Amino acid sequence: MYDFNYKRATSVEDAAAAIRSADDGKIVAGGMTLLPTLKQRLANPSDVIDLADIGDLVGITVDGSSVTIGAMTPHAVVHASADVKKAIPALSKLAGLIGDPMVRNRGTIGGSISNNDPAADYPSAVVGLGATVHTNKREIAGDDFFTGMFETALEEDEIVTKVVFPIPEKAAYMKFPNPASRYAIVGTFVSKGPQGTRVAVTGAGPCVFRQSDMEAALEGNFAPESVENIKQADGDLNTDIHASAEYRAHLVTVMAKRAVAEANG
Amino acid sequence: MPDGAIGTPIRRREDQRFLTGTGQYVDDFNRPDQTYAWMVRSSVAHAVIKSVDTSKAEAAPGVVKILTGADWAADGVGGLPCGWQVIGKNDVAMHEPPHPALVADKVRHVGDNLAIVIAETKAQARDAAELIEIDLEELPAVVSMADAAADGAALVHEDVPNNLCYDWEIGVKEDVDAVFDKADHVTVLDLVNNRLVANPIEPRAALAEYDPAGDHYTLYTTSQNPHVIRLLMGAFVLSIPEHKLRIVAPDVGGGFGAKIYHYAEEAILTWASKKVRRPIKWTADRSDSFMTDAQGRDHVTTGELALDKDGHFLALRVQTNANMGGYLSTFAPAIPTYLYATLLAGLYKTPMIYCNVKAYFTNTVPVDAYRGAGRPEACYLLERLVEQAARETGIDKIDIRRRNFISAAEMPYQTPVALEYDSGDFIRNLEDGLKSADYDGFAARRAESEKNGKLRGIGLATYIEACGIAPSAVAGALGARAGLYESAEVRVHPTGSVTVFTGSHQHGQGHETTFAQLVADGLGVAVENVEVVHGDTDRIQFGMGTYGSRSLAVGGSAIVKAMDKVVEKGKKIAAHLLEASVDDIEFDAGTFRVSGTDKELGIGDIALTAYVPHNYPIEELEPGLDETAFYDPKNFTYPNGCHIAEVEIDPTTGEVTLCSFNAVDDFGRIVNPMIVEGQVHGGLVQGIGQALMERCVYDDQGQLVTGSFNDYCLPRADDVPSFTVGTNEGAPCTHNPLGVKGCGEAGTIGAGAAVTNAVLDALGTQGIHNIDMPATPHRVWQALQQSNG
Repeated sequence: MYDFNYKRATSVEDAAAAIRSADDGKIVAGGMTLLPTLKQRLANPSDVIDLADIGDLVGITVDGSSVTIGAMTPHAVVHASADVKKAIPALSKLAGLIGDPMVRNRGTIGGSISNNDPAADYPSAVVGLGATVHTNKREIAGDDFFTGMFETALEEDEIVTKVVFPIPEKAAYMKFPNPASRYAIVGTFVSKGPQGTRVAVTGAGPCVFRQSDMEAALEGNFAPESVENIKQADGDLNTDIHASAEYRAHLVTVMAKRAVAEANG
Repeated sequence: MPDGAIGTPIRRREDQRFLTGTGQYVDDFNRPDQTYAWMVRSSVAHAVIKSVDTSKAEAAPGVVKILTGADWAADGVGGLPCGWQVIGKNDVAMHEPPHPALVADKVRHVGDNLAIVIAETKAQARDAAELIEIDLEELPAVVSMADAAADGAALVHEDVPNNLCYDWEIGVKEDVDAVFDKADHVTVLDLVNNRLVANPIEPRAALAEYDPAGDHYTLYTTSQNPHVIRLLMGAFVLSIPEHKLRIVAPDVGGGFGAKIYHYAEEAILTWASKKVRRPIKWTADRSDSFMTDAQGRDHVTTGELALDKDGHFLALRVQTNANMGGYLSTFAPAIPTYLYATLLAGLYKTPMIYCNVKAYFTNTVPVDAYRGAGRPEACYLLERLVEQAARETGIDKIDIRRRNFISAAEMPYQTPVALEYDSGDFIRNLEDGLKSADYDGFAARRAESEKNGKLRGIGLATYIEACGIAPSAVAGALGARAGLYESAEVRVHPTGSVTVFTGSHQHGQGHETTFAQLVADGLGVAVENVEVVHGDTDRIQFGMGTYGSRSLAVGGSAIVKAMDKVVEKGKKIAAHLLEASVDDIEFDAGTFRVSGTDKELGIGDIALTAYVPHNYPIEELEPGLDETAFYDPKNFTYPNGCHIAEVEIDPTTGEVTLCSFNAVDDFGRIVNPMIVEGQVHGGLVQGIGQALMERCVYDDQGQLVTGSFNDYCLPRADDVPSFTVGTNEGAPCTHNPLGVKGCGEAGTIGAGAAVTNAVLDALGTQGIHNIDMPATPHRVWQALQQSNG
């Protein structure tokens, strides 16, 4: 990697100030994307600001209506949390499907959603549950947070502090993993609850999106048959050596149907 | 019987150090005043080098030296040699274009070596490398073999017309054609054998040091055969005689063939170490491995099988195009010829075989032997043809094999493609395999899958391979530029412990255990009193290394031969001490005894006497008990077996689940059944990987798309089921002293065909009768779409 200034921030405000004063600063949370990128010299930041010492950012709280996950909480902790498993089992399952054990023990929810990899798992839960992203500046609705491939609504000195997930009546996540990387070729998160009926799709397109035809059909009848004949248009979907846009479109329907079946238990 | 006798599954002794992180790999070695190298590689597949300007880089902090292709050319050092010359049709020798370690004129694949930067630290070397200004004038890239053969194709090497390295054949085409013309049925199959990346867990590394006091070089390198590297690099590239060049290949973390070859970095570092007069270390990262380790397979083939009305095979006709990549790697030309076409008889009595192989240069990473090397390609073609022929003729796929198998009674059997099989009981392996796989229960399992909306299939591969490579005279006649014997030294120390020096090299095979078992068994000493030494040309007398499942069959036989000499000498010493005739001395389980008496001495007593020769036949016998042997095999060995895969396909997504894999293998006599089972497991996973997951992809510009594990799909533990593997020891090798055949490659040879046949058995229910490896979910789904559409 190239040389950079390294700072361990003592608070979120300290981190934000450091970002403001840096020429080209980067926040590192778990580092599961940034570190490999640095090692391959694909990024050359002037400063790397580490959130690891900010204890406030780690932890899970569950109340009657929501699950709140601190931005620096590793996936493995979310996956293993009995409270999460009880309140939103689909979220626990999703966290356990991310990467491999090393990634799950280092990677964090804040890092994952701020990076917004098109094939990441967490964005589908944030949108699929209608979560709210809290930052050092404001609250951002999950629907407004992800703006494009590796793009989010975050301003340059804005740092995710926590994500608040409303507890749904039912929800499920179904993932078709890339056999090589185990990122999502298609991941479909469905839910029914206080945020309405939602179908969020990751992996298939350049950015997580809501499948509104399926949502409308499920609104009427939250059953697998409601979605099985709804075809996802493949025009804007990704194509690579692992899956064509056509195949991804097909998988959106298959995964949605399976997710609804699982949500209905 | 001592602990660890032949046939006992003792634990691998070397695993203690591997599992506790105390192994010593090349990158663990550090020399005083060491420098670090960064290789500057081409980012494009095919281009003319207009200029390489190192002036800014030379001035960068920490830079010790930068050397380019121009420096390499100016020194007049040789190119990387090819170890095997294939003579094509009409006695036309293959094209053997120069392979400079650092290129000066053109780059011929992504990753081709443009320069080496040597600096105080690896980071400084890499920083400086980015300051080198390289002006490349891109040329059209030749990526596929169809590209290479096309009229007007760009030339990878200017003096190789049509990019054709050689056009080789075996068999008499006219005679085979005549049989086809009269055959009752002809099965035709077009297939691709997908290109693979070997991916040993330890990336390649090298550490070169020049000692001006003795004008002596030492190279630590990740090699499967250090003496071969000494020969190739010393004699053909750098003109350093053997006594001035030491090659050390210490613990090596896997090879699978990719660490057989002499690589550019080894020569460049050794060459540069004299210029900078300091040790230089280079360690590949995984990206380097993808771009520069020799890759495997990459055939495009049309195969045709002619049958009579009863399903007897009459003749086989094969046309294969084989991709050599941008340059000839060390053994590349031999793989699609002598390790492929000569195996096309398989287990069958096919009387006539013709095979034509055209080898092409392309702007891709060189291709060479990868675990199995030619034999998986032969098995894949043949077993696909057999199951397709069975389907087309309506003959049961088991019956068609039974009708055509060579029987045990027909051994030794001369095939029409040069090889003489010495042993094997193919029917028995088949029967055992069918039983193990509960073949008769398949119909019920298929019905159950259908109920769940799944497609189920079962597929077989019966295979034979030529291992124990190789009788030197035969190899030489076929174009090998080296002998392929092995050497061993068995040194019995004064107190009776033993050090074995072997020319074989272990990089995962467990020789330190298996070879110790041979000695424990042969000399009657405890296995813990035996040490096995390998991988250092200054310690080992000579060696040809480890590949082609040869170590036990050839290297082990050399150890046996050396032990025989030890025993022979020991008998003379015993005869003297026991005052008997040497003819009356018998040796068994570590004891020399006067036949029919209780007069005896242990091997420890004999060893002590040999080194403290106070009462000794000193006039007739030298002191010491230390014997060296070279063993040149009389024939190849012929491991064979029956592999059966069962799969279930989810037609909704195209996912293939491997439900079970049953292997019955004949490896001859087994020394350590646990190690053999582990070898089979590893091979199977690589074969299954080829069948379902792995493929190396280049885009139209010759960029390596699968340049990391994000895209190159290497199987993981949870991708495969528990395997059921068994061995038959009833037909041991007839021509080596241990009766062993070799087990290193078998898994990769059978698995690809067995799994693909199983996939096609499942897809056949939907009218799909051809699919290329790897049968990824996407491909399977597409095939189902087309078939349904």
